[in-house]
Amino acid sequence: MELEPKNPLRDFSPQLEKTSIQGYVWIVFLLAVIGLGAYAFFEQLFKGHEVTGMRDNVVWGVYIVNFIFFMGISYAGALISGTLHLFKTAWRKPIIRMAEFITIIALLIGPCFILLCIGRLDKLHYLVFFGRIQSPITWDVIAITTDIFGCFIFLYLSLLRDLAVLRDYELLQLPNWRKKLYKVLALGYTGTPEQQKRLNRATDIMAAMVISIAIIVYSVLAWIFSVTLQPGWHSTIFGPYFVIAAVYSGSAVLIICMWVFRKVYHLEAYITQKHFVAVGLIMLVLAAFFGYFTFSDYLTKWYGSEKNDELLIQLLFKEFYWPFIISNYIGVLLPLLVVGIKKFRTIGNITLTAIVVVIALWLNRYLIVVPTLESPYLPIQDARPEWLNYTATWVEWSLTAAGVAIFCLLFTLASKFITIVPVTGVAGEEKKEEVLL
Amino acid sequence: MEEELNNNPKNSRRQFLKKGLIAGAGVAMGSGLIAAYVDASAAETGEKVKVLTTDGEIMEVDRGLLKLPRVSREESHKGIPGRKFVMVIDLGKCKNARKCVEACQKGHHLPQSQEFIKVYLLQDSEKTSPYWFPKPCFHCDNPLCVSVCPVGATYKRTDGIVLIDNERCIGCKFCMTGCPYSTRVFAWKHYPEFDEDKEPYSPEASSPGKEGTVSKCDFCPDLIRVGKIPYCASACPMGVIYFGDVDEDTVTNGTETFQFSKLISDRAGYRYLETLGTRPCVYYLPPVERQFEVDRGFGDLDETIKDRYKDTPYSKKNKP
Repeated sequence: MELEPKNPLRDFSPQLEKTSIQGYVWIVFLLAVIGLGAYAFFEQLFKGHEVTGMRDNVVWGVYIVNFIFFMGISYAGALISGTLHLFKTAWRKPIIRMAEFITIIALLIGPCFILLCIGRLDKLHYLVFFGRIQSPITWDVIAITTDIFGCFIFLYLSLLRDLAVLRDYELLQLPNWRKKLYKVLALGYTGTPEQQKRLNRATDIMAAMVISIAIIVYSVLAWIFSVTLQPGWHSTIFGPYFVIAAVYSGSAVLIICMWVFRKVYHLEAYITQKHFVAVGLIMLVLAAFFGYFTFSDYLTKWYGSEKNDELLIQLLFKEFYWPFIISNYIGVLLPLLVVGIKKFRTIGNITLTAIVVVIALWLNRYLIVVPTLESPYLPIQDARPEWLNYTATWVEWSLTAAGVAIFCLLFTLASKFITIVPVTGVAGEEKKEEVLL
Repeated sequence: MEEELNNNPKNSRRQFLKKGLIAGAGVAMGSGLIAAYVDASAAETGEKVKVLTTDGEIMEVDRGLLKLPRVSREESHKGIPGRKFVMVIDLGKCKNARKCVEACQKGHHLPQSQEFIKVYLLQDSEKTSPYWFPKPCFHCDNPLCVSVCPVGATYKRTDGIVLIDNERCIGCKFCMTGCPYSTRVFAWKHYPEFDEDKEPYSPEASSPGKEGTVSKCDFCPDLIRVGKIPYCASACPMGVIYFGDVDEDTVTNGTETFQFSKLISDRAGYRYLETLGTRPCVYYLPPVERQFEVDRGFGDLDETIKDRYKDTPYSKKNKP
């Protein structure tokens, strides 16, 4: 291979070869959280959905919030990696694989949360057997399936070069089955000009497709809400609003991942402040868009003050005051200030901002789902407190934690399988890759 | 009369609706179709009732032998031919006796926590008068719940009734968010009441219920088939709820029968939240010429039921 003389894999091979004690503790911890989630899942399966906080008015709760949230960061990964690829952004190399991993891992977890909302999992196949194209859920099934395939292909194409390097690197101390697996997965790629040309063309096409699929999928997800007549959901802005919110949350998750892997695998030489500022600026622009959409949505509801919109906004500013402030004020203004003002732009500050943004956007989805369901056209008249107001139970929180844990676990395992920074085209190879692209 | 029935089916239906909704006496007719409605093990009483078959034919069977027909799931999709059902609720007469709720729950084998018909205490604005508002499913002609269902588990029939097939329902609850009237209920667990019903499941009976699926008011097509009006309508002591047929232009509460179009035009009937464009099949007569004070609605209720209304603007205003 062309990389043989100065194989960058030498720097990265330890993370593939060895797992530290802390690494094992981390994995066991994640497995424990997932175990708790599994226990909660069976509790729900055997005792019925009564063990959740959902009732006849708030029929969707934290599960659907998590669904939107994970799908959001997934599409964001797709949009960011796809766009960076198409624009041939030079600095993308060390972080693009993280974005691709975010995409595919979140995409595998998100739909699981919608399954938790389904009362009869034994009849899930009816979605295919008796699917009705008129229903936005069918649109979602088609769109998400397409998205999973598209993103897998895109990820795989981008892994090919590295898989070939891993196959060819003799010094790699790995069990034989791993080496064989690399050999199979590398599909006989050796980097001939013809192979390069084809691979580049395929990657370009998939990048463009992944971007458009991501927009479609997230719009469809938004339409599940906005096609209904519920006050607060029945809004034409929801499609683009959800897309922007999705990319926004994904950019923040990417920053957090960059920080974590930079620390854990000592990638300071590869992921620098430049990268944090670059992704931070993407986050800043998205924050501005997100703030604009949020303002536009609530302004029109408040100004016209239709009776039910007014009730909803009252609810948001009373019972949901702090979540509303965090998600729609702090979540918008903080990135503008921290990334916008040059002297605040440190790696630590940008990462902290990203954490706040992720929390804010989770709350934003919660505020879209729950308050609307708590203020239907006909007032909820019920003596049972749990039927009046939704409060998530330990079952829902455990499964939420399990979702996050699966995300972390899959990410950890993925980084053990293949280097988290692409080895083809880092550091000195950057120029060469640019020419090839 | 038998001649008349056979020669002029259209007229016969009108006759049937006017006289027959409250089961009347008649002449027995033999037919294999009746078998579906008859419990052979029961004793005959000698009293005959008229029965509407799935083909729209009228049959008469002995009252003692009668059981409510449970048509198959396939059959339940079709609707009763030539019919278009409608309900009229007279808000001037409702005093929240809740007999409609109780009869409905009993008839459909529902637990306390599931109500197909709910009674709200509404007040449109601060200065307007509060009133009791019984709310069944509106069986909309433009039903959003039906549009959004991903598996066709809920459907609109030719007779206007919107039903749910809980064998098909996957429990995604999208229909519950689609319905702007909070009509649908979900079985959050297996309720013991579901086991009371030993008959095979039929969407027309909405029973036995099933954990993890959605259900709702069904306009009781199983009762309609044997010439009865829904449980809520016949149970109401005030005769608040009228049930009938738009094409027949007749509605009845079991004791009084009205011409539907005249009733709606004379009494300024309206549909709730008309602006939403769902085109309900349930009409309301405005709460005028009240027969009862609103407070009578709190009469003999359980504390838990009274508690429901404690946060309404009306209750808050009248708190000592």
